[in-house]
Amino acid sequence: MTGKLKTLALASLASTIMATASFTANAQETIKVGILHSLSGTMAISETTLKDAMLMLIDEQNKKGGLLGKQLEAVVVDPASDWPLFAEKARELIEGDDVASVFGCWTSVSRKSVLPVFEELNSLLFYPVQYEGEESQRNVFYTGAAPNQQAIPAVDYLMENEGVERWVLAGTDYVYPRTTNKILEAYLKAKGVAEEDIMINYTPFGHSDWQTIVADISAFGSAGKKTAVVSTINGDANVPFYKELGNQGIKAEDIPVVAFSVGEEELAGLDTAPLVGHLAAWNYFQSADTDENAEFIEKWQAFIGDENRVTNDPMEAHYIGFNMWIKAVEKAGTTDPDAVIDAIVGVSVPNLTGGFSAMMPNHHITKPVLIGEIQEDGQFETVWETSGLVVGDAWSDYLPDSKDLIADWRAPMSCGNFNTATGQCGGKGVN
Amino acid sequence: MYRKSILALLTIWCLSLFAPVANAQDADLQAIIQKFATSKNFNQTKAIVTELAETGDASVAGVLNALSDGSVYFRKSDNQVFVVPGSGKTLELFDPLTGEAAGEAGKRDLKKVKVNNALRRSIRDAIGGLTLASENPSVRLTAANTLAANPDVEALPAIEAALERETDDTVAKRLRQAQASAILISDRSLEDKTNAVNVMTALGNREALAFLTRFEAQADGELKTLAARAITKIEKNLKLWGMGQNVWYGVSLGSVLLLAAIGLAITFGVMGVINMAHGEMVMLGAYTTYLVQEIIRNSMPELMDWSLLIALPLAFMVSALVGLVLERGVIRFLYGRPLETLLATWGVSLILQQAVRTLFGPSNQEVSNPSWMSGAFELGQITITWNRLYILIFALCVFAVLLWAFNKTSLGLQMRAVTQNRRMASAMGIRTPWVDALTFMLGSGIAGIAGVALSQIDNVSPNLGQSYIIDSFMVVVFGGVGNLWGTLVGALSLGVFNKFLEPYAGAVLGKILVLVFIILFIQKKPRGLFALKGRAIET
Repeated sequence: MTGKLKTLALASLASTIMATASFTANAQETIKVGILHSLSGTMAISETTLKDAMLMLIDEQNKKGGLLGKQLEAVVVDPASDWPLFAEKARELIEGDDVASVFGCWTSVSRKSVLPVFEELNSLLFYPVQYEGEESQRNVFYTGAAPNQQAIPAVDYLMENEGVERWVLAGTDYVYPRTTNKILEAYLKAKGVAEEDIMINYTPFGHSDWQTIVADISAFGSAGKKTAVVSTINGDANVPFYKELGNQGIKAEDIPVVAFSVGEEELAGLDTAPLVGHLAAWNYFQSADTDENAEFIEKWQAFIGDENRVTNDPMEAHYIGFNMWIKAVEKAGTTDPDAVIDAIVGVSVPNLTGGFSAMMPNHHITKPVLIGEIQEDGQFETVWETSGLVVGDAWSDYLPDSKDLIADWRAPMSCGNFNTATGQCGGKGVN
Repeated sequence: MYRKSILALLTIWCLSLFAPVANAQDADLQAIIQKFATSKNFNQTKAIVTELAETGDASVAGVLNALSDGSVYFRKSDNQVFVVPGSGKTLELFDPLTGEAAGEAGKRDLKKVKVNNALRRSIRDAIGGLTLASENPSVRLTAANTLAANPDVEALPAIEAALERETDDTVAKRLRQAQASAILISDRSLEDKTNAVNVMTALGNREALAFLTRFEAQADGELKTLAARAITKIEKNLKLWGMGQNVWYGVSLGSVLLLAAIGLAITFGVMGVINMAHGEMVMLGAYTTYLVQEIIRNSMPELMDWSLLIALPLAFMVSALVGLVLERGVIRFLYGRPLETLLATWGVSLILQQAVRTLFGPSNQEVSNPSWMSGAFELGQITITWNRLYILIFALCVFAVLLWAFNKTSLGLQMRAVTQNRRMASAMGIRTPWVDALTFMLGSGIAGIAGVALSQIDNVSPNLGQSYIIDSFMVVVFGGVGNLWGTLVGALSLGVFNKFLEPYAGAVLGKILVLVFIILFIQKKPRGLFALKGRAIET
């Protein structure tokens, strides 16, 4: 143990020296890209992968000759899953390191904590994770799914293809599941689902004893109507949840669970044999059968040095976001944030599922929606997908507060929450 | 549609008892099976499944099962359909009907026939009737379950025939349920139906309740009142079982708390060391289990069922060694300075977490359940999962061994002597520093074996320990510092308390209420449930 620690210490010392060395050598002719993902603490489990994915993308771009004739340089900071620290680190990246753009954040609360910093210092943030919507900010580009690009299509699929009539909305107790479930509840009621056919359940972060809740779900599902679970359970709590489902013998054929936060990475810690047929809704699966995806997976596994390493949806979001930024900077001919914000709307780049994604005026992107079933090898098999691309909707059409709001950052409107009923900019939201 | 096919299958199966169906149809069956290769979507595949089931030939059950498992492929070059059970780069092919080996092919040359839940469901329904005569009780159980879930008047004679032959109790019970629900929707006599309602009442499960509720809505006269009475009876019964279920869940949660806390009961309870790195000892135990399973998976897969038993002593040693280093390297300089100990061990916990994250990566590692720990069994209306039951037994065993070691061994005697009066013990010739080190090692080692058990129900990730540290302190403080019995009673009562709150207050509020309860309790009884009398470590 001590030996290993010593090696570790030596290795980190060496890498620091190397980083400083390369910094001084390239200081004049590089464009800096900030990476703001937690590398320690609870969120490290998900965010470390995204840091590595960004390093790979930057590396690839440099091999192609960089950007505007300059090499790109990654500046990695560790906000340590500590929300206020996200804001501090973001400030450090923008003011101290003078980065041209930042790729980062995972949880909604970390994004909310850095928003004022990006607004104040006028820099760019690319946010790669599916989130609850109800936001559109001038300096932020949302490359993950909005609820209408994930939750609503998943519910439609269950209703139409599985004939589900009774719904369990289970989630971790924080802003993303609460808002998503609020939207879903309104949507289900609009579709004629009765109040008593919807069960909503929240659990604390990292909840590990699922016996009661799984038994409740099983009892709720034995009322004679087809039942499904819509899960917004986050992170670590998923493994014990799925283990309990498997052990209590709840099969996907009887009560399917569709998850919005479970991807290939999360399944890596699970024996998936008892879970075959449970669903997930994303905009990308590693199993997508396209040449771009095969190439991406091959590069990723070579970069990380592990041929079993999986890819996932937020990685694809970074892939799309990074390429959009490159294209916008090339179009604008500068990395100046104002110029890039104007140039990026309408930019369209290939995604990994065989189509093109475009940046919309509301700073959300177009994506296909895929529904996949868990397979025994821990991958998803696509069983359904939208026929075309779905435009990310910043403000939900199913919530009374926000159904009249739209976002459009092009001149002359330049507004994140334009109220079409009153014809004025302003109302709900961050601006 | 399925009813028809089930009926067809049942008829054919009955016929086949008397005159085995000749294999003349094989060519036709092959032709239908080959259509899987050209199926464009799930609906087409479903139509082929129905077509196969309607032939009523029992030999199609094999290929349908394989399809449901996702192991039916076709060769891209000639659209030939095969069953391919394995995985890897080159795959062995088998004939879908006869099951004979049919050569090999590379993975890239084959394409899978896609299945989804709806398709799996229709396959299950289609082969339900076929397999009622199977040799294997678990296959018969699936068939009986299908029939119980989809009551079918036309299947009644076949169910009754099967019921007469049935030797397995569980299957017979499900068949009786299928029979009763089929009778209720048939046009049999009032007496038969009354009997059927009574059978359903005796079964008393949720399915019976749901069926009777639907039945009651459309029944009239005597049957309606009978059904209504049966419903109240079942509901009352289920409520009682629900209480029993809460107790079981509570005890099971308590056993997890006990496992997590029992090592801390020694280091914190007996020695008085506030060890914030306790959770990380648990995590190290879980990672040891992961490593053991990795080695077994790669070199001797036949030992997989023994992996946990092999991991136990190793996990104990790993955590105990780390504990020893921690005690000798850090804690012994800080005895009697709780604040510094707290900060130092918290720092150590962060170092351990980050070290594991660097070595194994931040993502969850897969630790699988051995076969004897998977699944569940039913006790009345309660579902008890095997892994929870084994963890409860294991926690109690660990507790018993520890109690024995404390009260009956000379090391235990020395530990108690040192914690009660250090100077006197030292004067009697006990090497107190070594006893300290050994006690800390024991506590850490116990945390390590707790990690082996927790790897079965929770994620194995660098954060594993963090989620247990607060709960562990809570249990030890509530139970009474320095008393192992206190830890046992504290863990079990907190578990049961939590599980009785959860259905009413929800998981989030339930947890808060438990914490509030403990705060109030500690105000009233600062030394916990079982206060230790006499001098504690500070003397």
